[in-house]
Amino acid sequence: MDRKRSRILPYALTLLLSLSLASAGVAADQVIKIGAVYPLTGAIASTGLDCLHGAELAVDIINGKYPDLNLPLAKTEGLPNLGGAKLKLVVADTKGEPRNGQAEAERLVTQEKVVGMIGAYQSAVTKTASQATERLKIPYVCSDSSSPTLTERGLKYFFRVSPHDAIFARDQLQFLKDLEKAKGVKIGTIAVLYENTEFGSNVGKQVLMLAPEYGFKVVADISYSANATDVTSEVGRLIRANPDVLMHASYITDAILFTKTFKEMGFNPKGLMTFAGYIEPGYLPAVKADGNDIIVRSTFALDLAKRKPLVAKVNALFKKKYGIDMSENAARSFAAPFVFADAINRAKTTEAEAVVKALLATNIPGDQVVYPWKGIQFDPKSHQNIHARGILVQIQNQNYVTVWPFDSAAANVIWPFPAWKSRK
Amino acid sequence: MSEQLLAQLMNGLLIGCMYSLIAIGLTMIWGVMNIINFAHADFLMIGMFTSFWLYTLYGVDPLFSIPVCAVLLFVLGWLIYKYLVSKVMTGPGLAQVVVTFGVSIFIANAAVFLWSPDFRMIEKPLLYGTWNFGTVQLSIPKAIASLGSVAVSVALFLFLRKTKTGKAILAVEMNRSSALLMGINTERVNALSFAIGSSLVGIAGAFLSMYYYIYPQVGGTFGLISFCIVALGGFGSIEGAFLAGILIGVVQTLGGYFFDPAYKYAIVFAMYLVTVWIRPQGLMG
Repeated sequence: MDRKRSRILPYALTLLLSLSLASAGVAADQVIKIGAVYPLTGAIASTGLDCLHGAELAVDIINGKYPDLNLPLAKTEGLPNLGGAKLKLVVADTKGEPRNGQAEAERLVTQEKVVGMIGAYQSAVTKTASQATERLKIPYVCSDSSSPTLTERGLKYFFRVSPHDAIFARDQLQFLKDLEKAKGVKIGTIAVLYENTEFGSNVGKQVLMLAPEYGFKVVADISYSANATDVTSEVGRLIRANPDVLMHASYITDAILFTKTFKEMGFNPKGLMTFAGYIEPGYLPAVKADGNDIIVRSTFALDLAKRKPLVAKVNALFKKKYGIDMSENAARSFAAPFVFADAINRAKTTEAEAVVKALLATNIPGDQVVYPWKGIQFDPKSHQNIHARGILVQIQNQNYVTVWPFDSAAANVIWPFPAWKSRK
Repeated sequence: MSEQLLAQLMNGLLIGCMYSLIAIGLTMIWGVMNIINFAHADFLMIGMFTSFWLYTLYGVDPLFSIPVCAVLLFVLGWLIYKYLVSKVMTGPGLAQVVVTFGVSIFIANAAVFLWSPDFRMIEKPLLYGTWNFGTVQLSIPKAIASLGSVAVSVALFLFLRKTKTGKAILAVEMNRSSALLMGINTERVNALSFAIGSSLVGIAGAFLSMYYYIYPQVGGTFGLISFCIVALGGFGSIEGAFLAGILIGVVQTLGGYFFDPAYKYAIVFAMYLVTVWIRPQGLMG
């Protein structure tokens, strides 16, 4: 007996030890790599960095323990169904170029062995990057690009959390209708101004298509290059067209340049309704009070905290880490890591087909997102989040405040846009 | 309609003067040394940031930063020539292209590292607001910057024609070997031209900072257009670059106004291609 035991004991011990080591290995070593492609140098590097900050904070929350945050997987460390495995972002710089987006996505998948992809921000870049991941059969969750065509391509591995520009365009036009009803103003004509890549031209297309449906007449349809050094001819054409409302889809450099030129040349529509560039964090510090009274489409505003305490908690964490308030961009990019973590956790594996299946079954309730949505659930065909919707914010005293939908507004909308001459 | 036309024309002239000053430095370096300085647009950015920091940290108005930018970029240009460009001047042509390209990438990335990719603006320069001529409005900082650009261009022109050093530079530009035989220190002329070219774009940066936003990649489109101006005006021709700059400014603005803003740069580049096709030496080359 003694002899027998002495012979078994080392084996048993070895077995026990290796088992415990193995399980420790899963818990401590298993890292789930997610690729993140963003423009970190180039003209919109400041925006790209801001987006990345949002995604990084999300990963921190997933990996750490935040018992008082009602966000997916915040209360546990890592992914419980995968032995507490941690998420890791592998970041690549697109320089804002579609060809780099594709090349970097390919590199991340083939060399860094990421199991999922997020990001890109610029729709044109997301388009090429997601074509690469589709070919390599890697799931892509996008929460920061808004061109409608991205989810119209019938891709199997591509999902979008945030609203797209067809939704946003409808919101803007609906706002004008609601305003006519609420304030008794009359809006007849609109001008459409847009930068000429994937994002801008799609916004333009949507507005041009929808405007007649809402009873507005389009009096100018102007596209331009976002890296223009001077936009006086564009503004000259707008002045000539003299619209009631301008709808402008821009990135940040052109948003700054146009604001200065509107002021300089005294272009005064009744309303300045805008997309994207005007809500990027670099915009207000650059133009200061000249940005006041401009209306921007958004999915997020800090004043949502009044009805959603989660927003304030997340913003506090963001501010602690980066020293500034969470912007709309950061807030949008904040969603994708949660969607991935939730799906991988339910799939119990990082294998692509299983993750896609889990993504299709995603059902994150509205109280677990920082946006004014009913939650996150993907359309089985287009893979667009069916609950995504937009809000409109207006810059008032150099802050973004929610002004529409009227029932969830934090402040009254300032209308019409005060004449440049009467502003200081 | 005619008021808008006048406003467009004025704005075209203003941006054109700015383009001229940016391109003159580039064409001068090309004329004397036969190399393209790819870091030219980044020098513009350094000029703009210098002006921005002087304003933000010490409250110096961009108007008074002009001499500082001029001297700083002069020294920087001299150093870059002496320690980098001169080393490859006798080497293969490709090395000459690559060296300034490398400097460009280094400067742009160093700027992102040091100052972050954020956008800045000089909020309230001394020159501020607009002049109203009837219904035509002109931005004061833009107008002054453009007048300043013209003044600097004229000063350079006089310097080259009237002073001994200037004449030496022109001599090297015409014929390097003959100039060398005449006892002109061509190495010194090279360094001087590179430094003056850099200094001019530094001045342009200070002017531009009065009304334009500032960030590390701001030089991009300006750089591209200035290459176009240099070719259009005739490689190495300062008068040519001056005229071509103004021409491009006006064509860009009026083209955008009358046709379609989406094609305004296409019109500019088409004009350049046609010129190169009909008159390969450029307008005044």
